[in-house]
Amino acid sequence: MQQPGRAAEIKAIGIGKSFGSFRALDDLTLDIGRGEFLTLLGPSGSGKTTFLMILAGFVQPTDGRLYSDGVDITERPAEQRAAGMVFQGYALFPHMSVEANIAFPLKVRKKSAAEIKRRVSEMIERVGLKGHEKKLPSQLSGGQQQRVALARALVFEPGVLLLDEPFSALDKGLRGQMQAEMKRLHQETGTTFVFVTHDQSEALALSSRVAIFNHGKLLQVGAPDEVYDRPANRFVAEFLGEINMLPLKGVRNADNGATGLCEDRTITLRGNASAVGSNAILAIRPEYMSIAPEATAGENGIAATAVASTYLGAATRLDLTTRQGAKVTVSVPNEVAASALSKGNSVWLTWPAEKGFLLPDGGQ
Amino acid sequence: MKAYLSDRMGAALLMAPLLLFLGAAYAWPFFGVVNWSFTLPEPGLGQYGTLLSDPLVQSVFVRTLRIAAIVTIVSVAAAYAITVVWVRGTPAQRVIAEFCILVPFWISVLTRAFGWVALLSNRGLFNTWLQAIGFISEPLTLVRNEFGVIVGMTHFLIPFAVFPLASSMHSLDDRVLLAARGLGSSRMRTFWSVFVPMTRSGIIGSALIVFVFSLGFFVTPAILGGGRSVMVAELIYLRIFQSPDWGLGAAISVVLVLFVGALMALLFRYVRPKQLI
Repeated sequence: MQQPGRAAEIKAIGIGKSFGSFRALDDLTLDIGRGEFLTLLGPSGSGKTTFLMILAGFVQPTDGRLYSDGVDITERPAEQRAAGMVFQGYALFPHMSVEANIAFPLKVRKKSAAEIKRRVSEMIERVGLKGHEKKLPSQLSGGQQQRVALARALVFEPGVLLLDEPFSALDKGLRGQMQAEMKRLHQETGTTFVFVTHDQSEALALSSRVAIFNHGKLLQVGAPDEVYDRPANRFVAEFLGEINMLPLKGVRNADNGATGLCEDRTITLRGNASAVGSNAILAIRPEYMSIAPEATAGENGIAATAVASTYLGAATRLDLTTRQGAKVTVSVPNEVAASALSKGNSVWLTWPAEKGFLLPDGGQ
Repeated sequence: MKAYLSDRMGAALLMAPLLLFLGAAYAWPFFGVVNWSFTLPEPGLGQYGTLLSDPLVQSVFVRTLRIAAIVTIVSVAAAYAITVVWVRGTPAQRVIAEFCILVPFWISVLTRAFGWVALLSNRGLFNTWLQAIGFISEPLTLVRNEFGVIVGMTHFLIPFAVFPLASSMHSLDDRVLLAARGLGSSRMRTFWSVFVPMTRSGIIGSALIVFVFSLGFFVTPAILGGGRSVMVAELIYLRIFQSPDWGLGAAISVVLVLFVGALMALLFRYVRPKQLI
């Protein structure tokens, strides 16, 4: 339907937005690549939706400039930007049929009747709404309304598609199905997608890059595995999933990484971990940790005592306490958890050197 | 308390005084009027025959429908504009709009009718001003005709037209309007092809209320029409108190009530009662 070349490339430079004395968005600089699937992730009130509204042209930034394909569009009104938008709650026109909803952006652009007919029926086919053309939005299920909203936003081949928490009203099964569908639409259209969500697993599953927001600031942008495995700070580390944090002393840079002391054991970190001071926090995701009966020379590990377990079906979540009282959670196979709890509760926690990373001590 | 009220007996008891009052003050006398229409001056359908054949009665009905239709269109259009400002304007605009909507309710219909006479009569404010600035040489006839009646009635009915419109505009989801603009629709186009259709139930409710009120209007047409532009209510008054021809007056009343009843039934079919408040 569309050449990838038509997708828009967006550049935001120093964008800020104040509502009275409240700073909703502060000094945001971000490049959104042609045809990329970028997710804006953050808790509510973090500024992610404000930024989306600025991209759409519904909100005027107080500072900064916005460029689309090199053209300054900061002051361009919403109706003149070629952005498709899917709203939370879909915002379909309740008095128009499915067909008329999807035809609306084409009619506004004064396309010929024949072209409108062709493109609308193509789009209806593409989102799987055949047979529902004459229905009103109120006669459709949530998932079908979602499809109408997507079709309406894509039918005029916008350079960028903006999505504001589009799946928040759907139940879990339908959510997964719509996510897959959206990924497919992204590949087929080649358009730039900017997607807002507060659900970290959705963000990691869908996007080519994730931008994490908190308190109006953009904290980190990167590929899902990058932000998950190498978060820039403690907020990003905690927001993207469970994480174990242990104090690390005497930290210094070493070959291809760093070393330090954790509970009197020498710990090595590999990869792009580098010392930021002599004290730091060692962070490891629960799924990268495993349990061994005793220490193996040359491997990272500390002693711990299992205190509780939670059966999760596929695995068991084990809560442990280290000798110095730090709390650690690991996800282990069910039978490992049972034996850990039975063996006097004392076990050895290990993890690969490249899976740990450093966060500044006590800081955000 | 809630259980108490939802109890059928309790609800019936609470409504009883109102129902008794309506029965005694409206229903009972109305059946008397129905009775007159079939019995005066002699039993039969004679008065209804006159009603169908008398050109005077017919011309009054036609005039009433015409005036009611014009008043409805003008009032609803004007009320729509005021309501848009009232519901969607800036805080200052809202206060001004609210003032314009509520103040007329505090002034009696009689006072307002005479106010319009003072403004529109041959030596009224409009004509003297227009003559003073040399715009016209002879005074325009603005009152004691249909024009005066329409002006007075429209002025009276605009506030009534506002409420159904306001409730339909309040319940409109702002994101739908944003969506239209985001899809490339200009403000004008968004207004006409999204905003107006989405307030359809308000427009229907508002139009029916104004139309029904207009059909039975008495004071304003009597004063501003000056006896030259008689509407149905005034005709009934003349037949009962001046001719006197009670039978015909009663028959006209019955036809008017039935017509209004049919319109109200239509109203409640299209609009839920709570949207009218």
